[in-house]
Amino acid sequence: MSLLAVNLLDGLVTGLLLFMLCSGLTLIFSMMGVLNFAHASFYMLGAYFAYQISTYVGFWPGLIIAPVAVGIAGALIERYGLRRVHQYGHVPELIFTFGLALLIEEVVQFFWGKSHMAYYEPEVFKFAAFSIAGNAFPAYKVFMIFVAIAIFLVLLYILTRTRVGLIIQAALSYPATVQNLGHNVPLVFMGVFGVGTAMAGLAGVIAGPVLGTFPGMAVVLGSIVFVTIVIGGLGSLWGALIASLLIGWMQTFAASYNVTMADILMAVGIDKPVDLSDNALRDLWTLTLPQIGPILPYLLMVLVLVIRPRGLLGKRET
Amino acid sequence: MSAVSDAEAARRGKSGLFSLAKTAPWFIAAVLLICLPLVFNSGAGFTVMNQMAITIIFALAYNMLLGQGGMLSFGHAVYMGLGGFFCVHLMNMVEYDGLMLPLPLLPLFGGLFGLLFAFIIGSFSTRRAGTVFAMISLGVGELIASLSIIVVAFFGGEEGVSGDRTMGPEVAGFDFAQQSEVYYLTAAWLFISALAMFLYSRTPIGRISNAVRDNEERAEFLGYSQRYVRWISFCASGFFAGIAGGLFAINFEILTEENLNLATSGSILLITFLGGVGFFLGPVIGAIVFTLLQTVLSLYTEIWALYVGLLFVLTVMFFPSGLAGVIAIHVRPWQLGKIGLLAAPYLKMIVPAALFVFSCAAVLEILFHARHAALGEEEMWLYGLTINSQGVWPLTIAIAIAVVSLIILKRLAPSLKEAWDEANHQETGS
Repeated sequence: MSLLAVNLLDGLVTGLLLFMLCSGLTLIFSMMGVLNFAHASFYMLGAYFAYQISTYVGFWPGLIIAPVAVGIAGALIERYGLRRVHQYGHVPELIFTFGLALLIEEVVQFFWGKSHMAYYEPEVFKFAAFSIAGNAFPAYKVFMIFVAIAIFLVLLYILTRTRVGLIIQAALSYPATVQNLGHNVPLVFMGVFGVGTAMAGLAGVIAGPVLGTFPGMAVVLGSIVFVTIVIGGLGSLWGALIASLLIGWMQTFAASYNVTMADILMAVGIDKPVDLSDNALRDLWTLTLPQIGPILPYLLMVLVLVIRPRGLLGKRET
Repeated sequence: MSAVSDAEAARRGKSGLFSLAKTAPWFIAAVLLICLPLVFNSGAGFTVMNQMAITIIFALAYNMLLGQGGMLSFGHAVYMGLGGFFCVHLMNMVEYDGLMLPLPLLPLFGGLFGLLFAFIIGSFSTRRAGTVFAMISLGVGELIASLSIIVVAFFGGEEGVSGDRTMGPEVAGFDFAQQSEVYYLTAAWLFISALAMFLYSRTPIGRISNAVRDNEERAEFLGYSQRYVRWISFCASGFFAGIAGGLFAINFEILTEENLNLATSGSILLITFLGGVGFFLGPVIGAIVFTLLQTVLSLYTEIWALYVGLLFVLTVMFFPSGLAGVIAIHVRPWQLGKIGLLAAPYLKMIVPAALFVFSCAAVLEILFHARHAALGEEEMWLYGLTINSQGVWPLTIAIAIAVVSLIILKRLAPSLKEAWDEANHQETGS
């Protein structure tokens, strides 16, 4: 029971972290119709910026400055890169963001090298917030949960309760009409891109100390982020939330319950072959749940796309 | 741009199946493939040429999807990789189980395995084009790449699977121990595959896949199922990717998880786009340029991947039709007989342009050296000069040259524009 509680909390942390990336990505997608392949790269930039700032002035200023810097970089890339490519169509846009992801990884290696950065959580959080049956739960993870929830609430408030949110929502569906009503739609696009990347940057700032700050961190999370928003339904904020939590819990539980394929096969009445070394199916027998944990999201995505191409809560097919 | 070249091909098509204009490029290509080893007969030369030939087949196969079918795949390495893995296993069966399979036929089996997997995966992934297809291809690609680490019996885990190509029955006295023999085998498969892919693009099914790319709704109204058209293109592309995989297995004798993962799938996208997706020859140019860049640049600089990344992003931004597109826009001045008008402005710009590129590279190199060289090591070697990377002057001079050459380029731009307009202008009545 206690293991269940710990996993629920750990999965919540992973899921909310994923959601901070997915919410920005899905907003950008519903606005411009382009999947930003470089989104996880902005998350990586956030972590590196925050590390660099933390070496000068500590963790807390980095929490504010790094996301803002990432957001400005994102807005500039939208203004001078993406908007230019937009005229060629969606496929070149996707290819552009893909190239951007490659380039950002190279740029990060150019400045910071290939090794892990010594970026840690602040001293304030180096204690156990509480413990469940002997398993200590770090205070920093509690902090991560609160930051993610706060961001979600602010985003929800802006989108549904303010005038800016109204214009954004209108621009999502009918950009031309909104433009005709006298709103500067390209500016709205740039703003949304900037805010979306800034949120990815913030996710990087708070995840860097836990998951590690290294050049591969974008690749590790990048594909999972796509999988999540595709499962949740492209363009749906609630879908992104549900899918993020689902994947967060799925990965945490898969990693901690050591169910082997042999157990399952024997439970259904198949005998284990005596000599495994020469058996073509030997990998099937030694398969364990933690091993297949990383591929579960991809399996789920392929299933979702085959059965319900619009995703769990998506409204349209693309 | 592709519409122009396609219309051109259709017009030429009327002049018979075996007209000189249509077959001449293939003869030249064949002669070139045969004669290249006479020029580049070193070991390194063969290594580069073999790699290039395999990349060309893979890029052409990829362009059957991206350029001709309008499907953006982020997981196409899977079909090449799986074809390759099966071929290595076949090679091992030849060695240990006495299977009588001559080596030159091996890539065909790689192709068949690629086709099989493309058939299975395409059955659900080609239902939609665009973003959904791209995402499914990414998901399936990641799935199989991760599986390859788990399923050790087939993929060999982290070490991969290796084989020995020389154990098969000898064919006409060749046992393929020499790299030159492998080169001729690869070149033959390159020629056959390229010709087959070219002819495929001229068949009705190839044409319909262009139609589905451009407007799937209209193709449906004409009575073609967009889904089946995409599925067939996908299978054909998987087949040729599998052939490339088989040749990879023969050439390198080892396949690992790296052959399946996103990085490989991404680099083939990069290569194809760099070359130009709208042209049949685009991927060929892309593969040649990329392989050269990779081998030559990586000899001179550690940050070659940064340059390639920059080149790629700039290409997408400014020349979305790729290198082949840059060549193609010169065809019209050539036909008008005014290509000579462009020579003078190009010659004027070539020096400042080269200066600009090299000085920008110098800035990057100095910065990189200053940040990452071992402590106390301040001297670096750049363009034949020994300079102090920690010093202020080398960086200042490099930046100054870059700025000055950029200003000169800006000054020269209007004259180029003028010459360009003039060269593309057709006098009325002529």
